[in-house]
Amino acid sequence: MKVLSEERTRILFEKLTKYIGVNVKQLIDRADGTYCFREKKDRVYYISERILHLAQTVKPENLISAGTCFGKFTKTNKFRLHITALSYVAPYAPYKVWVKPSAEQQFLYGHHIIKSGLSRITDNTPKHHGVVICTMSDIPIGFGVAARTTAECRHADPLATIVFHQADVGEYIRAEDTLT
Amino acid sequence: MGRKAKFDETKKVKKGPGRKARKQPDPVFKKELLVDETTTEKKLTHRQKQRAAKRSKKKAEIVEKRKALKQAKKNVAKQTEVEVDNAENDSDEEIAQGFTDDNKEWLKLKQKGSKKQKKPAEDDSDSDQVEDDEDASEIEEDSEAEEESEVEENVKNKKADKKKAGGEKYKVGTLDDLFKDSDAENGDATSDDDDEGSSNKLEYHSDSDDDDKGSDDDEDDDDDMLPIEKANIKLKKKQKEDKKLSEEEMQLNIAKQDVFAFPSEHELQNPTSLQDVLQRIKDVIHVLGNFSNLKEEGRSRCEYTDLLLQDLCTYYSYNEFLMEILMQIFPVQELIEFLEASEIARPVTIRTNSLKTRRRELAQALINRGVNLDPVGKWSKVGLVVYSSTVPIGATPEYLAGHYILQGASSFLPVMALAPQENERILDMCAAPGGKASHIAAIMKNTGVLFANDANKERTKAIVGNFHRLGVANSVLCNHDGREFPNVMKGFDRVLLDAPCTGTGVIAKDPSVKTTKDQKDIQRCFNIQRQLLLAAIDCCSAKSSTGGYIVYSTCSILPEENEWVVNYALKRRNVKLVPTGLDFGTEGFVKYRHHRFHPSLKHTRRFYPHTHNMDGFFVAKLKKFSNVIPEPFKDEDDEEVDAKQNGDDHPEEEKSETENTKPAPVKRSAPTNAAQPQKKKIKPNAQASPANDAQDASKVQPTENKGKNQKKNKNQKNKKNKQNVVNSTEAKVNNTENASGEKTEPANKPQNENIKKKNKKNKQNVVNSTEEKVNNTDNASGEKTEPANKPQNENIKKKNKKNKGKPNTANVLPSAQNDSTSVTLQNKTEVAQTNQSPNKKKKKNKKNKGKNQAPDPQSKPINKNENKITEKIEVAAATKLKDKLNKKKKQIGQINTNKDKNPPKGQAGKKFNKKNKA
Repeated sequence: MKVLSEERTRILFEKLTKYIGVNVKQLIDRADGTYCFREKKDRVYYISERILHLAQTVKPENLISAGTCFGKFTKTNKFRLHITALSYVAPYAPYKVWVKPSAEQQFLYGHHIIKSGLSRITDNTPKHHGVVICTMSDIPIGFGVAARTTAECRHADPLATIVFHQADVGEYIRAEDTLT
Repeated sequence: MGRKAKFDETKKVKKGPGRKARKQPDPVFKKELLVDETTTEKKLTHRQKQRAAKRSKKKAEIVEKRKALKQAKKNVAKQTEVEVDNAENDSDEEIAQGFTDDNKEWLKLKQKGSKKQKKPAEDDSDSDQVEDDEDASEIEEDSEAEEESEVEENVKNKKADKKKAGGEKYKVGTLDDLFKDSDAENGDATSDDDDEGSSNKLEYHSDSDDDDKGSDDDEDDDDDMLPIEKANIKLKKKQKEDKKLSEEEMQLNIAKQDVFAFPSEHELQNPTSLQDVLQRIKDVIHVLGNFSNLKEEGRSRCEYTDLLLQDLCTYYSYNEFLMEILMQIFPVQELIEFLEASEIARPVTIRTNSLKTRRRELAQALINRGVNLDPVGKWSKVGLVVYSSTVPIGATPEYLAGHYILQGASSFLPVMALAPQENERILDMCAAPGGKASHIAAIMKNTGVLFANDANKERTKAIVGNFHRLGVANSVLCNHDGREFPNVMKGFDRVLLDAPCTGTGVIAKDPSVKTTKDQKDIQRCFNIQRQLLLAAIDCCSAKSSTGGYIVYSTCSILPEENEWVVNYALKRRNVKLVPTGLDFGTEGFVKYRHHRFHPSLKHTRRFYPHTHNMDGFFVAKLKKFSNVIPEPFKDEDDEEVDAKQNGDDHPEEEKSETENTKPAPVKRSAPTNAAQPQKKKIKPNAQASPANDAQDASKVQPTENKGKNQKKNKNQKNKKNKQNVVNSTEAKVNNTENASGEKTEPANKPQNENIKKKNKKNKQNVVNSTEEKVNNTDNASGEKTEPANKPQNENIKKKNKKNKGKPNTANVLPSAQNDSTSVTLQNKTEVAQTNQSPNKKKKKNKKNKGKNQAPDPQSKPINKNENKITEKIEVAAATKLKDKLNKKKKQIGQINTNKDKNPPKGQAGKKFNKKNKA
């Protein structure tokens, strides 16, 4: 558990901003104690400082995880957001996409969302901005990157990709071993 | 073109049904058709009703005719007009009135006899087979012709009866007899019928009397009864008969079972079918239920139980070992229920993740997906039972979004028992796959800290997945051996230990348990469980304002893994059992076979698949009341483990148990304990080696002195030391007695030991002043004579007091207490130094002064001479002791490597004590 380097912090926050915009601030300034990002084996954990103190008593080799894993830094030093971060990303995300029940399954198997599966989309979604995917009952089931703006979606081909898949909750089953 | 029909002979006829030809199933008969017509009443059709009406009409006509005939006959017989009028209505009156000289004799008697007969006849009629048949035939009759013929028959019968009744006045017999008679006389009766003048009149009378003929009755009462009423009477009678018959049959069956024959060797060798085995199981159980009456001559109960064991093993495919244990746990009937329940899977249950959703919302969402579910019960607010589902319940978007987790109902229980509070620090020692741990986090509402530990690194991945899916953010996951966890962190408010076990409670889930488990597996399990539980208790903090609780649970039902483990922990840590807070489940065992557990084990809860419809489970909740780890001691539990459960518990054990559980706070703090065993270990070596460090020196001296002094005492016949006089090796005696003292007074143990050790260290001083010796002897004797259970302080005080008595004598003890490390005892000068400290400290007791002073001068010369001899003896004794200790240690080490160093000494001491007494 080490503090993120200056550069990595920047990369991380840039990434997060893509998904939750200015709400990144709310992850840091919380009413219920101070939270911080810590790095362990390139994985980034979001953890309360109180818990962090206790977690540091555990030997690093025996510590599996603490708090919530947000994602990892790739070897090329880019940050990749994991599905485990969804519980923090979803509530703050300004842009959302709702999918039809028939398209849920498709998405949960790791496919992109095509126009025919699209039910609703937040207005003014810019291109290549991070979006959270929800079911019609407002359950967040993953996130991705908007392939088209809202306006473009209206006139898109039924088979045209609207959202590029990045992570979905199906990974909890598909890829349990490599979650973090 | 097309196909050509092949009408010629050469045409091949396909074998079997064609591809598309569907095989006609066996005919299915409707229930109504299968039911025996004779036994049930049919509903009459419209036509039948009409016919029945006609029939009744006709009957009425016949009756009318008869009456007319009667009247005519009466007239012929010259009877009074009044009688004729009345005859229509009342047959009894008729009889009374029809009393003439002709018939007076038999009429009277008949009347009497009939009254007598009436009741028994009614009762007997049910059992009368002949009549049954007749009744049945009567019910069947549909056609009027039949009806009429029967009427005639009845008439005949009536006549016969009448005749018989008339002829056999004094005969009191069964109805069968009557019937036979009547049959025999039938011919005569009909022929003679007309001869008697009043025959027709009497007909009615006899009929009404002979109740054995229900049909006759009906016929006779035609006037009064509707057909439906008649049918009702018939039906009732038949029901009565059926009931009686069925009862008889049952009796017969029982009689058959009674003669359950013990199968021969050959039969046992060649089992025919599982059905037979099952039948035999039932039979044996029945025999065992009423053994004294049903047993076969010369067979013992043991043989039957063995047979049952074998059969159960075959039928349910268990190995004998496990089945034997199960038979010891359950009474036979319950055992069968358990085995049956273990064959069936328990219903799938899910737990709502209260961090993300509510149960009602979840239930609604799942119902919309085509899942059929219900709340699991009143005891849980988060559980749902899934009866059926059209979608995979473990892969719905709700599941993936973390709204629920698949979890057995029994897994809710330990968490409910733990009752976590917000902002606590909680540890789940064996957390994988994280079901219970996430439940804890949900109850804590993601506050506080939850440590989830699992020894298996692979399985921790499951915890990671589940925690992230369920949104548990207050967790720290680590991968330690649970037994080492106290080294990592202590001071948890609550600890949940869901220990790894043999899984005998979840046989339905994993049937391999049936055959794979044996004694060694169980032993391995409960050894680990014990260590884990002790570790869990050590991790918990008794000072926690809200907690200090430990919950121990297993999915096993074996007492070895449950009650015994908890009992073990009760003895070794300052914990007590508290009610689990679960209002159902059966109480834990207080007695199991030869084991007698602590009575508070009734607070634990057991859950069985057959009674609670959840996996077999055990939950115990412990409250830690002191962080002090009590002095470990040897008890039978350890030995039993070593000896593979051969020993049985002695009252001693119970005593020690209660001692341990109750007065624990008084006991010494942990550090001293930790230090002692090592010192002891070293002791013999130190004695042998001349090179001394300060501690060793201080250690050895006193015991040596003791030995010398004892000799001295012996010579002087000091009464106080009488016990020691008998011994050839005084040193041994001293040690052993001290040890025994420790055993009996656990509270005094540590300090006494300290003292002893210091004394031993002092031994190494070759140059010993006589004064010292005297003092030490006093100490030793004082220890001996003092009642065993006095508080430690008192002991010390007394010692001090004794020592104080002689200003000259050197007392090593107190100095050693003051600073054992600094004391380098080599000379008298040192001794003198040390002597001052006690004087400063305490100057109260003058009790032993005189006594102690007296022997001093005498003892000096003797002791000097004997000093070396006793030393030698002591060394020998010490080596012996050491050997024994080592042996013991090895044994105990299997269970508890660190903690059982003192007990063996105590035991050894005991043994020696016994010897001495002998």
